[in-house]
Amino acid sequence: MELTRPITVSKSKIDEIIDEDSRLTKLIYHYLLSATAWLIFGSFVGLFLGLKFIYPDWGNTAWLSFGRLRPIHTNVVFWGWTSLSMIGLALYVVPRTSQNRLYNLLLSRQALYVINLSVLLGVISLFLGINNGGQEYREFTWPVMLLFALGIGANLLNLYKTVAARKTREIYLSNWYILAAFIWTMVVVVIAYLPFYQNSLGETIIQGYYMHMGVGMWFTPLVLGLTYYFLPKLLNKPIYSYSLGVLAFWTQMVFYSLIGAHHFVFAPIPWWLQTVAIVFSFGMFVTLFAGTANFLLTMKGSFRTIAKSYSLPYILVGVIFYFLASGQGSLEALRSLNKIWHFTNFTVAHSHLTMYGFVVFLIWGGIYALMPRLTGNEPSHILVGIHFWFALIGLLIYGFALMIGGTLQGQSWIDGLPFINSVELMAPYWLWRAVGGTLMFIAHLVFAFNIFKMQPASNKDFVLETAEESV
Amino acid sequence: MKLNFHENHKLLFNVVFWGFVFLSIIIAIAPAYNLNEIEPTPGLKPMTPEEFKGLGVYVSEGCLYCHTQQVRPLESDLIFGRPSAPGDYAYLKPLDDLRMTPAVLGSERTGPDLSNIGNRQPSKSWHYIHLYNPRAVVKSSIMQAYPWLFEIKDSVGENDVVISLPPDTAPKEGKVIATEDAENLVAYLLYLKQAPIKGLNNSELFSSADKNSSGTMGQNLYNSSCASCHQQNGEGIPSIFPPLKNSAVVDSDNAEEHIRIVLFGSKGKVIDGVEYTSEMPAQAENFSDEEIAAIINYERTNWGNNGSEVTAEDVKMIRAERK
Repeated sequence: MELTRPITVSKSKIDEIIDEDSRLTKLIYHYLLSATAWLIFGSFVGLFLGLKFIYPDWGNTAWLSFGRLRPIHTNVVFWGWTSLSMIGLALYVVPRTSQNRLYNLLLSRQALYVINLSVLLGVISLFLGINNGGQEYREFTWPVMLLFALGIGANLLNLYKTVAARKTREIYLSNWYILAAFIWTMVVVVIAYLPFYQNSLGETIIQGYYMHMGVGMWFTPLVLGLTYYFLPKLLNKPIYSYSLGVLAFWTQMVFYSLIGAHHFVFAPIPWWLQTVAIVFSFGMFVTLFAGTANFLLTMKGSFRTIAKSYSLPYILVGVIFYFLASGQGSLEALRSLNKIWHFTNFTVAHSHLTMYGFVVFLIWGGIYALMPRLTGNEPSHILVGIHFWFALIGLLIYGFALMIGGTLQGQSWIDGLPFINSVELMAPYWLWRAVGGTLMFIAHLVFAFNIFKMQPASNKDFVLETAEESV
Repeated sequence: MKLNFHENHKLLFNVVFWGFVFLSIIIAIAPAYNLNEIEPTPGLKPMTPEEFKGLGVYVSEGCLYCHTQQVRPLESDLIFGRPSAPGDYAYLKPLDDLRMTPAVLGSERTGPDLSNIGNRQPSKSWHYIHLYNPRAVVKSSIMQAYPWLFEIKDSVGENDVVISLPPDTAPKEGKVIATEDAENLVAYLLYLKQAPIKGLNNSELFSSADKNSSGTMGQNLYNSSCASCHQQNGEGIPSIFPPLKNSAVVDSDNAEEHIRIVLFGSKGKVIDGVEYTSEMPAQAENFSDEEIAAIINYERTNWGNNGSEVTAEDVKMIRAERK
């Protein structure tokens, strides 16, 4: 009878438990645990910031002010949550696909401490109002970012050595993306923090480059690399086309590198730079079609498996958002559309659709795929489902509210209405954004509980082993 | 050594590294290096030490997350000033050894553009009130209030900058005094004045955008330059900024005094028994005769006012009084 049908689909339990070095398992778990703590803190700050658009007099103190909390939100979710969780997963994927042990466990453990320290110091200095000239996403001052770079560099060395000593002939595609992400990010950080060409408008050029590459040459290739492992693994079949993945890789490097200036369309920076950026933004559709098609064609015919799995739906959502949100980014670069959407809340919607819908969903897919198999501890399927739906519905509400509101904002300016009109008209959309944000935050609490449930069997061993390690 | 990306990790990651370095030099480092030193726009002054400190406060408090400083060459941006030119940013440099050149161009316009705020809103009193509580002067503003840039004192020192606040915003006891940070920040905001560039004159751009209707020009200019104090509805802020609606000066047959106040400013006037201590800044330097006539006519014929209209000629005559 229809009425008695359960509202949830029963998910299958994991079929294998990987017998992995328990020290690696714990290391990965600690990366994910730190990351989750930053997610809870960072998204709580984000939620509070969203509420300030509705109740601007909440938190009228320096430490709780919008201008100081905003960079805390972005930097914590970037460098604390997203980066640490991706590195944690990479520490499994790279050795696994190289059929080798991780070169040096201790090195990556120390890198974890250094990165956590860097984010912590960064947050404290941002609370104190010390930021790096208000450069979006590089608000950490250079001593703080130096620590972060050390952590990334140590992991790069570790992963590179692991790949170099691989027991397979070929370097698996995942490792192309993952290692490249580390290499590119080191280059980006060095270029962004050298001061020699960053007076007057030189700063703007580098900022366009940085805010773009920081996202697109770090989060994007790293999470795609992870997905090139997890998706075929979970479906138990090879990736649809290895060559498409290679094509997407090289076009990512060449096209994406050239489009940073599209963040400054119509700004007083050289027109040719803007035009190159716009043209290659469209070149990115090649990368985007190749990448998305590859994932979707791998999934083709396996949708029953996806419905039965609790990690694959996250990956499916991530792939769809990869396509839609990245495509949206390219469209925003077009001068005709940029005119309407630039400077509006549409861009805030876009950054959440990409970072959250695409990157974070793929990370969650990877975590739910890996952790239960490593530790043998499964989270409650119902709670994984609640996490999924709250995050997805929250994101959709968030995204649509700001896309609609942002478009109206831009239209209000074009119509020549008094500026305050564009603030007043946003009220309902900011309210909906807060509703979406609340759902997302609840999802994160559930996720944190699930992470707790998936912890390795005994933490006692761990204390002994760290003592051993330090000997 | 095999020339095969799939099997030779040294080759693969060298290409990944050097390829990206090469592209980065072309697309970022070289153009940045070219713009590292720019000739300042003629007439643009360097910042005084106080103004530069004010820029530091602007950065620390994250003003640039909601306010841009780039007027795009688009019609919709003209209310903020003329389109920005590279030379406008010539004096920007790192704040200190720890922090880089401030990213004042911004990426989000939750609040209005500030490239030319020193011209558009030259009233110090307004800026102090607005920083202390934005909603005291802009009712539906959602801007962060900055009470920590002010102190409340019982007795006022000799050099203290006392902020006059509307009754419902002022604290019950004591006087509100600006801290040094607030003074520097306001000094920086008032420093933000676009130096004029020939061929990029705002009134020419305005009139080319809207050739036939000086009414529209008056309304736009009023909204972008006068409404923050006198409010969009012309009612002002009680005891701080006088109303224009039903004002004896505005709603009158003789416009001479009205023109004089707009051109040369005014301070300490008693209107209807209320003394207005905040200064009305002189606008003679900011607008052409034509623009001032348009603003005045907008004020004289709106909100139920029925004053006589003026021409650019009238403004020119009164402007000549003080030359």
